[in-house]
Amino acid sequence: MTTTTSQDIAAAFQNIKEHALSKWQELWDGKRPVIMVSAATCGRSAGALEVLEAIKDELGGEQQDVQVMEVGCMGHCYAEPLVIIKKPGNPTIVYGYITPEKARRLVKDYIRGEDVSPEFALGAFEENELIPSIYDLPRFKHEKYILLENIGRIDPEDIQHYIAKGGYEALAKALQMQPEDIIEEVRKSGLRGRGGAGFPAAHKWEVCRSSPGKVKFLICNADEGDPGAFMDRAILESDPHSVIEGLLIAAYTIGARHGYIYVRAEYPLAVHRVEIALSQAQSLGLLGKNILGSSFSFDIKPFQGSGAFVCGEETALIASLEGKPGLPHHRPPFPASKGLNGKPTVINNVKTLAYVPRIIRNGAEWFSSIGTEKSKGTAVFALAGKVVNTGLTEVPMGTTLRQIIFDVGGGIPKGRRFKAVQIGGPSGGCLPESALDMPIDFDSLKEVGAMMGSGGMVVLDEDDCMVEVARYFLEFTQRESCGKCTMCRLGTRQMLAMLEDFTCGRGQMGDLDTLMELAEDVKAGSLCGLGKTSPNPVLTTMRYFRDEYKAHIEEKRCPALMCHDLIAYYILPEKCERSCDACVGTCTVEAISSDKKRIKVIDQAKCVKCGTCLTACPPQYNAVIKLSPPEKVPAPAKD
Amino acid sequence: MQGASNEPPISNAKIVNTPEEQEDIRRKTGKVLKRFNRKRENLVPILQQVQDELGYLPREAMLETAEYLRLPEVDVYGVVTFYNQFRLKPPGKHSIRVCLGTACHMKGGYILLDAWKRRLKIDRGETTSDREYDLDTVACVGCCAMAPVNVIDKKAEGRVSPTRVDGILLAYKMEKEKKEKQEQ
Repeated sequence: MTTTTSQDIAAAFQNIKEHALSKWQELWDGKRPVIMVSAATCGRSAGALEVLEAIKDELGGEQQDVQVMEVGCMGHCYAEPLVIIKKPGNPTIVYGYITPEKARRLVKDYIRGEDVSPEFALGAFEENELIPSIYDLPRFKHEKYILLENIGRIDPEDIQHYIAKGGYEALAKALQMQPEDIIEEVRKSGLRGRGGAGFPAAHKWEVCRSSPGKVKFLICNADEGDPGAFMDRAILESDPHSVIEGLLIAAYTIGARHGYIYVRAEYPLAVHRVEIALSQAQSLGLLGKNILGSSFSFDIKPFQGSGAFVCGEETALIASLEGKPGLPHHRPPFPASKGLNGKPTVINNVKTLAYVPRIIRNGAEWFSSIGTEKSKGTAVFALAGKVVNTGLTEVPMGTTLRQIIFDVGGGIPKGRRFKAVQIGGPSGGCLPESALDMPIDFDSLKEVGAMMGSGGMVVLDEDDCMVEVARYFLEFTQRESCGKCTMCRLGTRQMLAMLEDFTCGRGQMGDLDTLMELAEDVKAGSLCGLGKTSPNPVLTTMRYFRDEYKAHIEEKRCPALMCHDLIAYYILPEKCERSCDACVGTCTVEAISSDKKRIKVIDQAKCVKCGTCLTACPPQYNAVIKLSPPEKVPAPAKD
Repeated sequence: MQGASNEPPISNAKIVNTPEEQEDIRRKTGKVLKRFNRKRENLVPILQQVQDELGYLPREAMLETAEYLRLPEVDVYGVVTFYNQFRLKPPGKHSIRVCLGTACHMKGGYILLDAWKRRLKIDRGETTSDREYDLDTVACVGCCAMAPVNVIDKKAEGRVSPTRVDGILLAYKMEKEKKEKQEQ
């Protein structure tokens, strides 16, 4: 590339940037209040759209005096729906747990009045005298936002916001660099693929770039199939342009002309926002022909994955893009040399691509200064399950599990005890308390039998049965097995049958050894990651929680009181309050009746063990309990 | 055996559409096909759009698609049955999707599935005989923080309880009765 075009690119981008900045300043003009409603899928399921509606309705004719906009997910899913308000002269305040009624009050009291309503506030973005800063929360001591920096702060459906925040600057810079230099920069940064296995990104790019042939493809893998993971969805819904910019830089580097974003069809909002983002980028000349006036052209098509877990595996993903069933095939040849339609293809995870613009902008040294020796940068986790602060978090590699679960996540709710954490979904494992102080990165997790996976982290407490967890994951992989390899197709089915026997109280002691053997065989006899890693949840639970397996087999007892067939609900007569009928009314199958003394009794034959009575029983009585094995329930008194 | 009961049998053969319905299916499928060229890579997007249009993939739609893309019929059927998204049965008026992702499962998603099954008297993957509701599971909708989640008519609803199941059904019933009254 000659120097003249280099200058042209810089000038073309400068124009775009100045326009975006002026738009951004218009929004934050300091005259009108700005109200932002966090409305990604998670916020919407908590009622964000109703909140938005209430705000607009309450504002009525004053709408032009207030800027109301939808933003993405801030990661604080536990407090959804979130509303962020910036009133001129005041700090930016985040409000949590907002209902339509509370939203109306915020408009009345704060937008029109002067009451900042600290009772709903989670904190402020800036240091101030009114409200404590949100950064004083213990979680921010450990968190470091790279991928999540824009999330919940910008309107994902407005490209100007992303550009104003420094977006597409890296693209303009990259277009003035030689592709080899970009590969070198990414190599120096130490970026490893965030899809789970941690393969060095630069290496993949280089293989593809040096593969012969003019036609090359680039695919963004957003087929986030791990149950329990939602980072990719949140990024696509809240900051789609960061992924698109990553794709553009990667495409320029490897010499690809066409790209795909492979999103799950289960993420309709993500698909929608990606489509908007693509058309906006196109209209500004950041996508399509002769990007920023350079000779580089690239187009991106969104493709909806149809719900097959195995399609997260790259060769299966390619098969499904070609219109075939998603069956993986043997590697080599690797897609980087022979992929989509037989052409060299790079497949990168959403997060991997979203790191790229930041690395180009801030330099390799900046990125490699974060994290551990072999795993650079940050890790994004989706915290879910029995943890107080469910949601997204981003921490430097090398942070310990204890810091993530207890400091960021706020520990276990209701004073229960931590039991295990499930990392990496069906390919990962369950780690016990003893692993909590291990600094996590790609390699340390593999050593203890788990895996980074895509970053789902489900916290389990003493009420969760580890045998059931293993059965659940195996049921999932068994159903999702594509059926190509015998060990995966039939081996997982046998393993599942054994685990079902355990949870139903039909297990025998010898089964544990057979299960272990079979697990090793399935690992060895499967072609792709799905089969190879499917025994991980079983192996880790057997390794760390063998006692629970024993209780299920020898005593037909579920220590966590979870396995359906091994428990019974029982109302303690001495605790049951005669004047209270809470459980009777809520029982979904009318299995509870009062005896002569007005003490409530459960008809065990009718009971479906839904647990509604246990939730309904007022805490001052606490009369409903679970017993295991069910034979422990005393025979009903005869009178 | 418990293991075998997880996957409902595919009994598409039972659904026979009248000649008029078949004609309608072909017409609507044809409309979708016109948007695509005849490359195989369009198979999945075509099927997705046909399903959007018809709610499911009837035999006639698959045959039309196979002919258009010049593919053996079995290849189309193979793709349809491989992916979880595609339905071979007509949907109900209201779709109920129970999320069984890890977080939802651990927080009682399976209990909710039981509650729906009990109330609607159908298994996952089935439609009630009055075609009001269809019930299915979904691997994960990505709202793990709101577990357990149900997706009712494409709207995700968080922190659902078995009693909420009855509430949702009651609301639909009342809405239907109200509509019927208005029509009278």
